[in-house]
Amino acid sequence: MKNRLKVLRAERDWTQADLAQALNVSRQTINAIEKGKFDPSLPLAFKAARLFEMPIEEIFEDEH
Amino acid sequence: MTSKDENNSQDEQCSDWSSETKKNTKSLAIWTSAWVVTMAIATFGSLLVWPEIEWLKVVSVLINLLIGIGVIFANKRHLEGLDELQQKIQLDAMAIALGVGLIAGTSYSTLDNINLISFDAEISHLVMLIGVTYLLGVVLGQRRYQ
Repeated sequence: MKNRLKVLRAERDWTQADLAQALNVSRQTINAIEKGKFDPSLPLAFKAARLFEMPIEEIFEDEH
Repeated sequence: MTSKDENNSQDEQCSDWSSETKKNTKSLAIWTSAWVVTMAIATFGSLLVWPEIEWLKVVSVLINLLIGIGVIFANKRHLEGLDELQQKIQLDAMAIALGVGLIAGTSYSTLDNINLISFDAEISHLVMLIGVTYLLGVVLGQRRYQ
């Protein structure tokens, strides 16, 4: 699953640690999601959508 | 600032989240240490110090068992406190450890039953195998998602 977390984070000048703290996960998790190595759960994806005030499909995109 | 310094700085900013995990990890380490110590006391105490006192043997094993229950709950709290990626890493490692333990343990027991090995198949060998496999699984999982 593709995602725009890295871009959205950079636009706000946030570090991975800032985003991790906001989403209450580890920095390793943010890093893995940004690199496409790990797909977040639906609750975490919705949490990110609420944080960025965007629809979930504008952040996460199914590759299939 | 080097990449390492940047990572360290970012890690410090994650302190709110990680402090809970650190607390749970410390609690698990304390419970596990207490369990190992009480197991050593129950084993060596019963064999070397109070070999004739039956009630003391029972009490030492019961104490070890009760602390073992504490280890189970501390481990559960530790796992529940992890985030979803870390839980996945732990689950994958546990799946490998359980699979290897079950398959290798059964084969090992069979070797003993049909007298193909000269020594007894001890449960401690299985525990060590599961422990090493679990640790290896966690390390590989951490590397996979770096």
